[in-house]
Amino acid sequence: MRNPQLNSHGELQHLLSLDGLPKGILTAILDTAAPFTEVAEREVKKLPLLRGKSVFNLFFENSTRTRTTFEIAAKRLSADVINLNVSTSSTKKGETLLDTVDNLCAMHADMFVVRHESSGAPYLIADHLHATGRNHIHVVNAGDGRHAHPTQGLLDMYTIRHFKHEFHNLIVVVVGDVLHSRVARSQLAALTTLGVPEVRVVGPKTLLPTDVERLGVRVCPTMEEGLRGADVVMMLRLQNERMNGALLPSPQEYFKVWGLTPAKLALAKDDAIVMHPGPMNRGVEIDSAVADGGQAVILPQVTFGIAVRMAVMSMLAGS
Amino acid sequence: MRIRIANGRLIDPANQLDARQDLYIQDGQVAAVGAAPDGFVADRVIDAEGRVVCPGLVDLAARLREPGFEYRATLESEMEAAMAGGVTSLAIPPDTDPVLDEPGLVEMLCYRAKRLNRAHVYPVGALTIGLGGAQLSEMAELTDAGCVAFSQANRPMVDTKVLKNAMEYAASFGFRVWLQPVAPFLAREGVAHDGEVAARLGLNGIPTAAETIGLYTHIELARLSGCRLHVTRLSSAEGLKMIKWARKEGVDITCDVSINHLHLCDMDIGYFNPHCNLIPPLRGQRDRDALRQGLADGDINALCSNHTPVDDDAKQCPFSEAEPGATGIELLLPLTLKWAQECKVPLMDALARVTSEAARIIGSQRGGHLAPGARADVCIFDPEDETFVSRETLRSQGKNTPFLGFPLPGRVCCTIVEGQIMYGEA
Repeated sequence: MRNPQLNSHGELQHLLSLDGLPKGILTAILDTAAPFTEVAEREVKKLPLLRGKSVFNLFFENSTRTRTTFEIAAKRLSADVINLNVSTSSTKKGETLLDTVDNLCAMHADMFVVRHESSGAPYLIADHLHATGRNHIHVVNAGDGRHAHPTQGLLDMYTIRHFKHEFHNLIVVVVGDVLHSRVARSQLAALTTLGVPEVRVVGPKTLLPTDVERLGVRVCPTMEEGLRGADVVMMLRLQNERMNGALLPSPQEYFKVWGLTPAKLALAKDDAIVMHPGPMNRGVEIDSAVADGGQAVILPQVTFGIAVRMAVMSMLAGS
Repeated sequence: MRIRIANGRLIDPANQLDARQDLYIQDGQVAAVGAAPDGFVADRVIDAEGRVVCPGLVDLAARLREPGFEYRATLESEMEAAMAGGVTSLAIPPDTDPVLDEPGLVEMLCYRAKRLNRAHVYPVGALTIGLGGAQLSEMAELTDAGCVAFSQANRPMVDTKVLKNAMEYAASFGFRVWLQPVAPFLAREGVAHDGEVAARLGLNGIPTAAETIGLYTHIELARLSGCRLHVTRLSSAEGLKMIKWARKEGVDITCDVSINHLHLCDMDIGYFNPHCNLIPPLRGQRDRDALRQGLADGDINALCSNHTPVDDDAKQCPFSEAEPGATGIELLLPLTLKWAQECKVPLMDALARVTSEAARIIGSQRGGHLAPGARADVCIFDPEDETFVSRETLRSQGKNTPFLGFPLPGRVCCTIVEGQIMYGEA
């Protein structure tokens, strides 16, 4: 089966998922991102790598943070950025996803940054571009359903590497709603590919996918077991609609059992870092004392996110 | 027309015949096997040297999409596909629009099909009005109109009390009830087998327990009502185990599997291939292997195409938004042969699953076999040739199947329905 993310030379053609990407490509993206972090410190925060290219932010699902960071990244690379909030336009009028894509192709797009509520939607677009011979157009997945959020996964890896330097000696724990989380799937794929020897997941069984251990992780029944000796604690967002009902009884009970408090964090290594993809629910999955504490690296994650997205875009379409 | 099919390898599973013998057809029925009847002068001689001559295939599930979904397929297009696939009898599930819950509709469908003069159709009536699961359909009237069984198609019954009543009512007449085993709430919003692949791809899962819980309900209600139960589209190893258990308990039960579930598993979804969005979902490799063995052992009675033509617009969507279903009627024979080769099943046993056994489930006395007096429905195929599956070669209006691009063993050379050559060799 052809890996739709790679071209015939094994180079990155699209960034759709971290699952199935070779370690060399993941490392290359992280390496490429490193010098971009310095661009932000400069007086003139621009590089000409995507000059003359058009990047379409194609968001079928609402997003402010991810869309903004993609926009900043593209602009720092001198691309022209067009933001389309499709959830409020064409699909409401009945246009199909591929019709929308064809129309934008006719406007000479060079890259699509796609967010969609259905798992696999960016694959459909990539497949369509391939089938219609438009291999000069690249697709970046900015989050599809529950499936993947590869640039988030990459910026998390960048953050871990920044603070911990290596992957091969770490214990990393992912806490919370893995079932509904595209972020978690991308994190788990990247962590296992980059050689983290112990990846743990913790959460109520209602929020863990069936057979999650086959993704190369250890399921820990309690927060205590999951956190003990961990180097990196990756918290996941619990969405409001999951909090009361058939999956969980209440946010209060969730916080009591799975919320990250200073006391629980004390079980991890003293120099453990705490990450969160945002936006946070303080008092639900994370205690403010932890979120604002010395071990949290949540804001650096956001900063690195721009550099990582610049790296991805320049590797895909850079001159 | 009198036809002599000469020099072929005649395989008639119902009569345990596998020999190089000629077949003589007269007045739309089989006149003789082996030696010509007295005074028989053939108008046509078909030389079947190197070919297999077998009963026309009987497909337990073929959606022809009429009425209601003519943009997906029509009786004309799908009957051509059936002929090209060597399928001469097919059962039609009731989930048309409107559903097959009214005798008039069923009569109309039978009339339209008869006028086309292709495959024989065997409508499966709706067990409840509108498949809504609340009000029983007029099963006796529907049977008079031509229905051979009653089912809920893909719309499981939520109210088990109504299901019990429906099965009891059917049992009063000895009607067979065909049910797809699924616990509706467990399957809700699911699009793939609940396992590693769904976990990886972030797809909503349908656990195997949805099938076994549904199946257990059906078995217990069959036992209670004395209804003859046919379980459609088995998908899991656990489900098969339960079928065997039910038989040991003395429950009258038959079952089938689709060509997709016989050859594919959830891994084949690959990178969100919407052709693999099917009902029931493709399950794990272990399940597929168990189904293949179960069919070989005869624990699964029949193999069907579950032919469900879907138009391109409904498939070119993200996986979970794509309409479930795949075209299959033309692949029934090649995929039967592929399974037989791979699992080393004797050709006669393999063909029984798509001829005599399937005919038995439909209740067709004169179809599915080739004894003198049987309806002269014949399929002649070249077992050494192959069928290449492509959008161009498929005659069905639905071009979507997970097998696109596959070379498959066997090629249908000629299809005869009631003594008339409908495909090939004309």
